[in-house]
Amino acid sequence: MKACLRVCSAASCRSRGAATLQHTLSEAIASAGLEHRLRVKEVGCLGPCSDGPLLAMDASPEAQTQLYGSIPAADAAQLAASLTQAAARHTLAQWCPAGGQRIDLNHPFFQLQRRLVLEHCGQIDPNSIEEALAAGAYRQLERVLQTNNPAAVIEQVQRSGLRGRGGAGYPTGLKWAAVAQSPGTDKLVVCNADEGDPGAFMDRTVLEGDPHTVLEGMAIAAHAVGASRGFIYVRAEYPLAIARLHTAIAAAHGQGWLGMAIAGSRFNFDVELRVGAGAYVCGEETALMQSIEGKRGMPRPRPPYPAEQGVFGLPTLINNVETFANLPALLRLGLESYGRGTKVFSLTGHVRRSGVIEVPMGTSLRRIVETMGGGAAAGRTIKAVQTGGPSGGCVPANQLDTPVDYESLKALGTIMGSGGMVVMDDTTNMVDIARFFMAFCREESCGKCVPCRAGTVQLDNLLEKLLGGRAAPGDLEQLERLCHMVKDTSLCGLGQGAPKPVLSTLRHFRDDYLALVPAETSR
Amino acid sequence: MSLCSLRIDDHEVAIAAGSTVLQAAREASVAIPTLCFLEGLSAVAACRMCLVEVSGSDTLLPACITRVQEGMQVHTATPRLQDIRRTLIELLFTEGNHVCAICVANGHCELQNLAVEVGMDHSRLPYRFPDRPVDLSHPLFGLDHNRCVLCTRCVRVCDEVEGAHVWDVGWRGEHCRIIAGLEEPWGAVEACTHCGKCVEVCPTGALFHRGDTTEEKHSDPARLQALMQARQQQRWNP
Amino acid sequence: MAEGYSELEPVLQRHGHRPDGLIEVLNRAQELYGHLTPPLLRHIARQLHLPFSRVQGTASFYHLFRFSPPARHRCWVCTGTACHVKGAASLLAALQRGPLNAWGIELGSVRCIGTCSGAPLVVVDQQVWNQQSCASVLAGLRELAP
Repeated sequence: MKACLRVCSAASCRSRGAATLQHTLSEAIASAGLEHRLRVKEVGCLGPCSDGPLLAMDASPEAQTQLYGSIPAADAAQLAASLTQAAARHTLAQWCPAGGQRIDLNHPFFQLQRRLVLEHCGQIDPNSIEEALAAGAYRQLERVLQTNNPAAVIEQVQRSGLRGRGGAGYPTGLKWAAVAQSPGTDKLVVCNADEGDPGAFMDRTVLEGDPHTVLEGMAIAAHAVGASRGFIYVRAEYPLAIARLHTAIAAAHGQGWLGMAIAGSRFNFDVELRVGAGAYVCGEETALMQSIEGKRGMPRPRPPYPAEQGVFGLPTLINNVETFANLPALLRLGLESYGRGTKVFSLTGHVRRSGVIEVPMGTSLRRIVETMGGGAAAGRTIKAVQTGGPSGGCVPANQLDTPVDYESLKALGTIMGSGGMVVMDDTTNMVDIARFFMAFCREESCGKCVPCRAGTVQLDNLLEKLLGGRAAPGDLEQLERLCHMVKDTSLCGLGQGAPKPVLSTLRHFRDDYLALVPAETSR
Repeated sequence: MSLCSLRIDDHEVAIAAGSTVLQAAREASVAIPTLCFLEGLSAVAACRMCLVEVSGSDTLLPACITRVQEGMQVHTATPRLQDIRRTLIELLFTEGNHVCAICVANGHCELQNLAVEVGMDHSRLPYRFPDRPVDLSHPLFGLDHNRCVLCTRCVRVCDEVEGAHVWDVGWRGEHCRIIAGLEEPWGAVEACTHCGKCVEVCPTGALFHRGDTTEEKHSDPARLQALMQARQQQRWNP
Repeated sequence: MAEGYSELEPVLQRHGHRPDGLIEVLNRAQELYGHLTPPLLRHIARQLHLPFSRVQGTASFYHLFRFSPPARHRCWVCTGTACHVKGAASLLAALQRGPLNAWGIELGSVRCIGTCSGAPLVVVDQQVWNQQSCASVLAGLRELAP
């Protein structure tokens, strides 16, 4: 077997010059006529983005994979020369990119992961359906089509306890059952790839690194609920993910994994890509449906739920990227081996090693942030970990032993959310963080309901006043009262969640607020 | 037709299944305040004035779209709801420039009536004094954005009843505003049939007849119900 | 009457001139013509059989649609959470005081682009510049400005 050099070409490494690097290295190997010895290929995210650009060398089946980071992409020509030489002299196992750093794959960052969703991400060339197929793509779909027992698949998903990975955590199996039971033969499956939480990039990683897993998950779901058409709604801010999806959909059509009579069965399934245009609220499922219909992304009250009346009024199943990507693994492993499953997180902020990780459900925050991420920089301590984005909250450092699961995080006043995890050290002012999210919601409010449209403005102004040192007696009480009002009365999840970062920081970091209020009012 | 029995505050109500809580409340003469809702137009549950509490549910539900259920216990005027409604009115007053004394709708304004109803004599939240324009380009009507509460009744009546779809909501969030055509002067929009329905359904003085001066604007939302009855049921009450 | 805009025909046809293609058509139109003008929006409305106010209302709802021509260069400061905790707000404020206008560079902000390990970052003409300070952005932009 020939050696293989995997070049991370996900958006983060790409921003550090990985595309040129990959191009230069593979050109050099080709022009030296050494393609039979070494294949240079682009792959999805290799994990520790903070160390990018990243290269992984598989010199031979026996040799251990070597991972290198901080590759000086500007020196691509020299690197190409030394790589060509190593290939010519059969010394690829010893090759070490000058200027780069070897990354220990025995580090907990890698060892504590359990990769189900990201199993092939970083391994396969995301533009090659052949590689995806060789890695097992579409095998579970094929099995499901052969067995042709949709009810059994739905039951398995229900019994697995899989919950929506997009944020709300609704039981996936229940959603599927509801759509399956909805009358009618024309049903839709929608993949929510409008990953909008700032600081979250799990879905981008999956789409860029292994788009076929998502397509396979969608097709399995479509077969289970009786749908024959699907949409992927992806945000415009992810051009690479869009390009990879276009390629993957076309290839899947070409190989008969999408389209008519898939794998010789009577199952037909087509997927259409819809690109957003910059509106966070479109991650909310009823707003997303409006946007697919070409309208303003305004949420509407539920019921009726999408399962009864979704896109174009048809029964619609909406799940997010990571939820769909769980299905092939779930079906392959079976309930027992799948266990409680995993959660993908994007670890960022004041942490030494940032990137994308997939950990078993129930891993403690401390393990993720300190053991895997290496904690805060020297001389700094961690103050809080923010989860759940603008609808989430901040977990204080003394609660880091909390396991990441839906209930434990909810009990702390935050949510699992879609998987954004931003670490904040002791230099962070939590009122400033609260205001950051409120300003975000103010700007992203669709404007339909009064409490969200006007309430977020008043809350943002109030926080700005606090931070500007102009707080008046009673402002803290008013802030808290208005937060509860906006949370209880807003029409959709954006408005209902908008006050949560404030309420959570008021709960865990009240001192940061009291420091901004005139002494006589702080009691 | 099956009936549903429920309790609204102290009243027992029996009403056709499929009715909304708001319909049931009106049947029982229980007043639930509304603003964006208007009989004859689709309900959008945007103003949140009609939120009610239902026993056994943590979430507040908009009466205008929530269907009645057998045995439901609805509370329409708890202290919590009263405070919410007052805050909603404060949010609306501070969001625009509502100066009743110089408004054409003074005395006939639904927003003003609601403020009285919920006991809002002053706002606990600061006024924002936004800079908003007035459109006087139409020969018959005017639009004062300062007084608009974005209830979208005008948008819905023009789309759902007149079929002209002159109006829509433009932009988003705090920048939302009612737009005509490609956000053009109203008078330049050829689609307008000059029917005046938008003026009739406007709850405030935002849409008005050009001739109106202070204390002269009268909305006539009831005309819409008569019109819809005539169109749908072919029944006229001249 | 359809005056020009023939480049839009493929995307219009792909969506069968149906209203649900509006956002896809607007995206393509902006790609082709740089920004959305009233004649262009009228053309799209007619082709999709939509009222003008529906088209304008939809286009103005989404951040990425623009109604004025883009500047020669665009510099967007990412305002995601990771960039924020690493100083994006002060970076944006500092750049706002800079001479970007005079250089013909449009300054703006962008929602998290999901490459947070490069925080704070800016996106200049679709290129991501990682770990930036006001000085480094200005130095880079000075080279761009012709």
